Amino acid sequence: MKALLSGNEAIARGAYEYGVKVATGYPGTPSSEILENVARYQEIYSEWSVNEKVAMDVAIGAAYADRRAMVTMKSVGMNVAADSFFYAVYTGVKGGLLIVTADDPGMFSSQNEQDNRHYARFAKMPMLEPSDSQEAKDFVGVGLGLSEEWDTPVLLRTVMRISHSASPVELGERTCDDTAPTPPLERNPRKLVSTCLWARDRHPVVEERLKRLGELASTFPFNRLEWGERTLGIVASGPVYHYAREIFPEASFLKLGMTYPLPTALIQEFATGVEQLLVIEELDPFLEEQIKAMGIACRGKDVFPACGELLPAVIERSAAQAGILPQEAIKAKRQVAPPDLPGRSPVLCPGCPHRSTFYLLGNKLKKVVVAGDIGCYNLGALPPFNATDTMGAMGASVGVAHGFDVAGIPDPFVAVIGDSTFFHAGIPPLLDIVHNGGKSTVVILDNHTTAMTGHQDHPSVPMKLGGQPAPKVDIEAIVRASGVTDVHKVDAFDVKGVEGALKEALAFDGPSVVIVDGPCFFVGPGATGVYEVNSEMCNGCALCFRLGCPAIIQSEELDAKRARPKAEIDPVLCVGTICNMCAQICPRQAIYLAE
Amino acid sequence: METINFLITGVGGQGTVLASDIVAAVGLAAEYDVKKSDILGLAVRGGAVVGHVRWGERVHSPIVPEGRVDYLVAFEILEGLRWLDQLRPKGTVLVNQQEIHPVTVSSGFATYPGEETVDKALQAAATHVYRIPGLDMAQELGNAKVLNVVLLGALSALLPVEPGIWESVVRERVPPRFVDLNFQAFCRGRDWMQEKE
Repeated sequence: MKALLSGNEAIARGAYEYGVKVATGYPGTPSSEILENVARYQEIYSEWSVNEKVAMDVAIGAAYADRRAMVTMKSVGMNVAADSFFYAVYTGVKGGLLIVTADDPGMFSSQNEQDNRHYARFAKMPMLEPSDSQEAKDFVGVGLGLSEEWDTPVLLRTVMRISHSASPVELGERTCDDTAPTPPLERNPRKLVSTCLWARDRHPVVEERLKRLGELASTFPFNRLEWGERTLGIVASGPVYHYAREIFPEASFLKLGMTYPLPTALIQEFATGVEQLLVIEELDPFLEEQIKAMGIACRGKDVFPACGELLPAVIERSAAQAGILPQEAIKAKRQVAPPDLPGRSPVLCPGCPHRSTFYLLGNKLKKVVVAGDIGCYNLGALPPFNATDTMGAMGASVGVAHGFDVAGIPDPFVAVIGDSTFFHAGIPPLLDIVHNGGKSTVVILDNHTTAMTGHQDHPSVPMKLGGQPAPKVDIEAIVRASGVTDVHKVDAFDVKGVEGALKEALAFDGPSVVIVDGPCFFVGPGATGVYEVNSEMCNGCALCFRLGCPAIIQSEELDAKRARPKAEIDPVLCVGTICNMCAQICPRQAIYLAE
Repeated sequence: METINFLITGVGGQGTVLASDIVAAVGLAAEYDVKKSDILGLAVRGGAVVGHVRWGERVHSPIVPEGRVDYLVAFEILEGLRWLDQLRPKGTVLVNQQEIHPVTVSSGFATYPGEETVDKALQAAATHVYRIPGLDMAQELGNAKVLNVVLLGALSALLPVEPGIWESVVRERVPPRFVDLNFQAFCRGRDWMQEKE
C-alpha cells in the first residue's frame, strides 16, 4: 500500500517498521513532526527530552542496552548534542543508533545556516541523505542496519525540503519481536568507559571502521550511477538531486545516498566516464572539497551559491551564467512583476502573554538593554516593540546578561527567556550568576508550553509526549533552590504588575528573577467575549497600537482635533477576557468589554 | 503527460495545509506520481502559507519550477497577488474574495492593494481568473472553516479527475463529525465553478 507521507512522517514510519524501541528528541523546526508521529506508535517509547544532549544520552543508553534507538533534532540542536555523539562514535553501540538532524537551508526558522554534514566527518560517523520520503523511510532501516553491523551511531541528515515535502511511500509492517525482553546490560567497561586510558584503544578502531566503510560505499546500493549523455556528469544528493534531474534531463548522474564516507572508487569511475564533472550541493562545498582532494577536477561552488536554498530556479540561473545551460533556459520565465505589496511578517498572536513584557521593554522601560533568547518572544526584536538587543542560541540570554554585568555596562539590563528554553539551557547560567555574585535580572516568560515549535511538553507541563500525566516541575522552586532570593511571580496579563516586578527586580542589588506567568493562547482556556473601542472617547493617541496586537486596527474615523486615526478592535481576532491589556493601558478608558 | 502544477497560498489558520494535502492525495488516488511541499512560518497565527503540489507521470522536484504554475489557488487576495509571477502564460487563478490585513496594514504602516490594482494584476498575469466568493459560501453553509473545501470543489471542476475521487479523499481527510458539511461545501464550490464555465 502506498501512502503520501512527509519526510518527517516517513522517518517516523521507518522507526516503526524497522523496530525502533526508544525515540527521543527536542523540538525544533523542521524536525519536530518526526517524534510527534512516532508517539502514535504504542510499540515505541518516545519522549521530548529536556534538551538535545539529554535526548542523545538517553538514546545512547538505550542503544547500549541493545534496543534500537533514534534521536531527532534540528540543525543547531546538533551543537548541543555534540559532546555526546562524539563519545558514542568511540564507544560504539549494541542496538542500532540513528541520529536524525533536520537542517534548515534558507533559514526559515534558525539562527544560522549551518551544514551538519560536517558533523559526520568531524565525529567520524557514516551519514545518509534521503532525497524523498520513500528514501527517508528506507534509510531509517539501512542506517540502523549499518549502525549494528559497524558498531557506530549513524547520522541521517534531512533538510527542510525533505522533512516538509510529501511523496508516495510504500508501507510495510513492523519487523521486530516486541515481546522479547530487554537483556541484561552486556558489561564492557573497556569499550563503554571513555577514560583516556581505554579510549586511546578505541581511536584506531574508529579510523579502521571509517576506512572500511569508505571501501564499502562504492558498492552501497544507494550510491547509484545513472548514465545519460557523457558530456556532463552531475554528483548530487538529497532534494537537490531531484531538482537537477529536472533541469538536466539528459545528463549522467552519480546519486549519493551515503555522503560520508565517500565512495572513492565510484567517484573515480564516474569522473572518468564524463567530460565535465559538476557537483551540485546546497550550502558548503562538502562533497566538492573531498572530490578535489582525491585529485579529481570538478566544478561546484564557482557555479552555485553557498548561501540559501539551492532551489531549481537558482540552479538554472547559476548554470546559465556559468555557460553550462544555454542562456535561453532562464529567459523570461517570470511573466509579470507583482505590484508593490505589503509583507506579512509574523507577529505575537492576539492573547499572547508575552505582549505585556515587550510593550513595557519597548516603551516605558526602553532604556533597559534586553538579552533575548530562542522562542516566539524573539518577535520582541521587531516593530512595534524593537525591544530586544541580542539573541544567539538556546539559553544564551542569561549568560550574555551576566557578561554585560561583569563587563560593567552602565545601562540597566535583563535577560528574557521562555520556560522551555530555561529548562533546556537557562539553569546553568543562572547558577553561574548566583555563584559568581552577579546582579543580573532574568525574566522567565512562562507560557506553559514550547510554543514556537508547535506546543510540545516540557518539565513543567503536566503531560508527556504520549499524553500520559507527568509531575509538574515548579520553575519558581528551581529558581529559589539556585540561590536567587529576589523572586517575583506575576500575572502576564497584568501590565502594571509586570511593570512593578521588573522595576523592583532591576533595583535589587543582587540577582533577581521575574516569572511572567500566563498560558500561550493555544494551551489556555480559550477566548470569551470581545473588547470594543468607544469611538467617542478614543482620541487616536495610538498607545494601544504599540501593543502590536493583530486585533487592534486603525479605524477610518479620524480624531476631530488632531486628525489622527482612532482605534478599532476586530471582533474575529480579539480573544476577550483572557487578555485585556489594551483596556488596561488606554489612558482614556475608551476600551471596554462588549455586552 | 505534462505535469500539472498547483500553488496553494493563504494565511495561517485558513486551512490551506489541509487543502494542499487533499490535492496531493487526490493526485495519488488518480494514479499520478505526486509531490508536495509546504512552507510554514512560525507556529503563530496569521503568517503567510504556501503549498506546492505537482501531479505527473514522474515528478522529481517537490517545488514547482519558477513560472510554471498551472493553478494558483489563493485563499486571500494579497496572498494571491504575491505569487502571480509564478504562473505559466496560460495559467489559471482562483482567488477567494477575502482580505486579511497584515498588521503593517491594520496599524497604518502600509496600504492594502486597492480594487483597481488587484484587477489589473490578475488580468495581466492569468488567462483564466476566477474570483470566488468562497468565504460567503462557507458562511452560508454555517461554518467559515469549510472555506478550503469550497475552494477545492471549485478547483475540481477544472481538472480531469472524477468527482468521486475528490469526494472520497475529502471524506477521508476531514474531521469525522464534519464529513457531511464538507461534502456540501465541496458540491457548493464545484457547482459554482460549473455555472461559471
